[in-house]
Amino acid sequence: MNLSKRWLDKFVKIDTSAKDFSEAMTMSGSKVEGFKYENDEIKNVVVGQILSLEKHPDADKLQICQIDVGKDKPLQIVTAAKNIKVEDKVPVALDGAYLKNGQRIFNGKLRGVDSFGMLCSVAELGLSTNDFPYAIEDGIFVIQEECNVGDDVCKAIGLDDLCVEFEITSNRPDCFSVIGLAREAAATYKKEFNLSKPQIKNAVADENLKVEVSVKAPDLCPCYCSRVVKDVKVEPSPRWLRELLRTMGVRPINNIVDITNFVMLEYGQPMHAFDYNNISGQHIIVRRAKNGEMITTLDDTEHKLNENQLVIADENKPIAIAGVMGGEFSSINDNTNTIVFESANFKASSVRKTAKAQGMRTDSSALYEKGLDPNNCIPALNRACELIEMLNAGTVIERTVICKSYNENKLEIPFSPEFINGFLGTEITKDEMVEILRRVDCEVKDDVVIVPTFRPDLEDKADIAEEIARFFGYDKIASSLCKGVFAANYTPYQSVKNSIANLMISAGYSDIVTYSFISPKEYDKILLDENDKLRNSVRIQNPLGEDTSVMRSSVIPSMLSCLARNYSSRNMNVRLYEIAKEYIKTTDDELPDENERLVLGAYGENEDFFAIKGVIEDVLDKLGIKDYDIKADSSLNYMHPGRCAKFYVNDKQIGMLGEVHPIVCENYNLPKRVYVADFDTKALYELSKNDKVYKPLPKYPAVLRDISLLCSVDVPVLTLQKIIVNSCGDILEKVELFDVYQSDQLGKDKKSVAFSITLRSQNETLKENQINDLMDKLIGNLKSAGAVLRS
Amino acid sequence: MKQQLENILAEALLEISRALNKEDVEKLKVKYCGKKGKVTAILKQMGKLSAEERPVMGQLANEVRSKIDNEITEKIKKVKEEELKLRLKNEKIDVTMPGKRNNLGHKHPLSIVLSEIEHIFLSMGFDIVEGPEVEYDYYNFEALNIPKDHPARDTQDTFYINDNILLRTQTSPMQIRTMEKRKPPIRIISPGRVYRCDEVDATHSPVFTQIEGLVVDKGITFADLKGTLEVFVKKLYGEDSVIRFRPHHFPFTEPSAEVDVQCFNCQGKGCRICKGEGWMEILGCGMVHPKVLKNCGIDPEVYSGFALGMGLERVVMRRYNIDDLRLFYENDYRFLEQF
Repeated sequence: MNLSKRWLDKFVKIDTSAKDFSEAMTMSGSKVEGFKYENDEIKNVVVGQILSLEKHPDADKLQICQIDVGKDKPLQIVTAAKNIKVEDKVPVALDGAYLKNGQRIFNGKLRGVDSFGMLCSVAELGLSTNDFPYAIEDGIFVIQEECNVGDDVCKAIGLDDLCVEFEITSNRPDCFSVIGLAREAAATYKKEFNLSKPQIKNAVADENLKVEVSVKAPDLCPCYCSRVVKDVKVEPSPRWLRELLRTMGVRPINNIVDITNFVMLEYGQPMHAFDYNNISGQHIIVRRAKNGEMITTLDDTEHKLNENQLVIADENKPIAIAGVMGGEFSSINDNTNTIVFESANFKASSVRKTAKAQGMRTDSSALYEKGLDPNNCIPALNRACELIEMLNAGTVIERTVICKSYNENKLEIPFSPEFINGFLGTEITKDEMVEILRRVDCEVKDDVVIVPTFRPDLEDKADIAEEIARFFGYDKIASSLCKGVFAANYTPYQSVKNSIANLMISAGYSDIVTYSFISPKEYDKILLDENDKLRNSVRIQNPLGEDTSVMRSSVIPSMLSCLARNYSSRNMNVRLYEIAKEYIKTTDDELPDENERLVLGAYGENEDFFAIKGVIEDVLDKLGIKDYDIKADSSLNYMHPGRCAKFYVNDKQIGMLGEVHPIVCENYNLPKRVYVADFDTKALYELSKNDKVYKPLPKYPAVLRDISLLCSVDVPVLTLQKIIVNSCGDILEKVELFDVYQSDQLGKDKKSVAFSITLRSQNETLKENQINDLMDKLIGNLKSAGAVLRS
Repeated sequence: MKQQLENILAEALLEISRALNKEDVEKLKVKYCGKKGKVTAILKQMGKLSAEERPVMGQLANEVRSKIDNEITEKIKKVKEEELKLRLKNEKIDVTMPGKRNNLGHKHPLSIVLSEIEHIFLSMGFDIVEGPEVEYDYYNFEALNIPKDHPARDTQDTFYINDNILLRTQTSPMQIRTMEKRKPPIRIISPGRVYRCDEVDATHSPVFTQIEGLVVDKGITFADLKGTLEVFVKKLYGEDSVIRFRPHHFPFTEPSAEVDVQCFNCQGKGCRICKGEGWMEILGCGMVHPKVLKNCGIDPEVYSGFALGMGLERVVMRRYNIDDLRLFYENDYRFLEQF
């Protein structure tokens, strides 16, 4: 919302710098986004009067003029202009002047003749012929305003207003108007706010000019007011009105259109003017459109309407889309002599939906969408008629047609200074509160606040407290701290996640953050079967694009994409992890399951299956998870069928890791060997143990035994290791795999597996025969599992 | 015999002085003082001497032995010192060569600053709660006093799953979820991902991170809100940071405020970084709206509270001078390894 300071001054006098004004308004709740003076860009341009004109001796198209610019001597300027004559007043850009868009003017020579400046057009001053209808577009701006030679041209033509840009919050529709902001400014500066009632002095009765109004949809139109103006002369508006519109960013068109825009800006009430003679039967019907009904709007576009959309119609056809835009047919043209002003209130949600559906958001619809005050219709209509008289643009007819169906009662809110001070933590006196409320038109009477109807945001005690707080000054409210001590900490689950993150960093894995939505094509890239459950993702109705259209049911594609992006950036060794959610669809009416996963991804020269497995084993170890089982897995399409392991605890799967399938690597343009892990973070937390108990350091010596076994390549090392653990019992301190190999000598499908076993008792030194017995038993057990001792 | 001993002593001292290393000295110790050594051999002949001579010679022999012993000990010490000196000299290395590093991973800048913010709030007694990102319309809007058709819905372009389910546009639904689950006193923050239909560019992302805060108790005031946030901002941005509270509007708080921190670059004078305003907006906050308390079954006549919400990305961008939001979600290792 732009605000002209000149317009504001008509309601409240505030003499202060633009910066101070901006800060004060911001601090009382009307945030200023910025401000600029209209003449910021134009410098050193003055009013000059042409004394003489003569032909340039060497150029047919140039003239040499002597111009009085209010200095001792006239200036000589060479110009190509044709529309000037002696005695004309024109804008003269002097040596070093700045024009629109940073253009500079300096003294120079034109075809050998000295020229000390330039004569300007309206465009060079940043204006158009809309601002000065008597000027021409492709010639010098011959000024017809009252002004003196030597005056700064911006001041002379009124191009010196201050324009302040506000960010208005959606709860304050009243502040989308000069009056609303003036009320706020007056309250902010504790100045008097002068709002006078519009006066219509010369209205006449005319029984021949009558408009009938029928509101068929009062639910969407609580108030509709109209009034006829006859003997209309459509012509340009006077300069003062054009100036105000221009500062607010609205292009002047003609007096009637300008009046409707002027009132909308001043009162925040959209207005419309119909050509009386183009309203069939002079009967305005406010109704829902018929399905498929058509209208061509002022901007010359055709709209197909439906029965949820409100229109203003005459007896035959829609003549406006209510609150959005008028129709072409009934609009004002140069031949219009009788008009009907409309000042109406439409239901916010209806206008919003209609504007959206028709794809046209206008200044009018933007206002209605915020919810306007129906009590504002009549003052605005009166103001429009007052302006008609002021501009001598026509004769106002006495009769005003008013159709209203809204509740006119004002809201009353209990007023309790004790509550307000208790809520804010302040000690503001009751008198001060009453005074603040009075300035924003809230009347305090018998411990209630009577709220004006233009403030729909004031509904509750807390809203009243805010009014007090913002005019008392947020910055003046002393700070305090909440009472009571709270012992806060991370939850156990959050702590486990933090520990995992720290372990990842020490393992050389870097933290990443990826989008939660992906393209459904990712599921093809990871080779999911057509009927894989994971393909049934939570789908976004209105995604930005297909690439981000489903909530991922696995974090793996995000990780692979991220690795691929790094690979294409020639990052040669990369280890990444993310603790992130997957979204598993439940039913259509329920929220999906959001499972947090620990996902690792790596490629590079030091990576292999056992590198990533080691990292996971370290994590499990540090979390105190010991009794897990690892099984070879070839069920995941995106994993190498011979290099994937699933981890189980009590037969429940907690995660998997391994090498990515070569075709998947190709699909993502990844290097040949990529490793990933995907674990259930919640499960890791639930299984984690923090039950460490100190064991005394050993008193008795350990016995080391290395055994080398021969078995089929299919026998998993873990099977052998478990036999060793079970056979040795309590005195087993450690068992470590130290060698696995295959060779022709061993035989086809055979492998050699060597373990180093450490035995130790807590109670005694182990005796030779004890150990031998144990080893015999162990070798027997291994033999029955198909592993024989190598000699 | 006396002469013999003196000769042995002289010979020993000469040999010791000529010895070059520890091993040679050790050999001399055996040669003279060992079980079969020269001095020992003399002592073995003592039996042949007279009773008068025996003690005198004995004493002399012992003196010689102890002299040799001492000399040897001294020599060993000296030789060791020299050997050590030589070793240390030879072992000199170029200490400017790089160390053997463990290639630690890097935390994401968003995680680093989030963790810092979490610790500040933990120190003020705020628990950390987490909740769903795919959320019911009720929690994201309706319970927060944003009914259907409310204009505020327009400003938060929402990704919908269906009419009742959406991707949360803010972390504020965690206010409702928390108040439904816990009775006051409540002090929580809730960080998490939020989603808005914004095309990706240097300052917009359809996914970003917010941190919600909520306090509900008896007698919580607007002054408490100010005090709490002042502590927070000073801990995050430094003790000398200047902040201001400016009125604003959020449907679920009343009164509402936005908090600006004075531009670090220009100290409030206005510059390119703060777009001439002198201030930079960092968070929104306010007193929990009585309707919101009521929606959660908390009596607004008994309890009051405040809520706050802030975007993480902007804080992190400012902290590390990052000018493009996309870098956070691209996860290029060359970006990550800088943190």
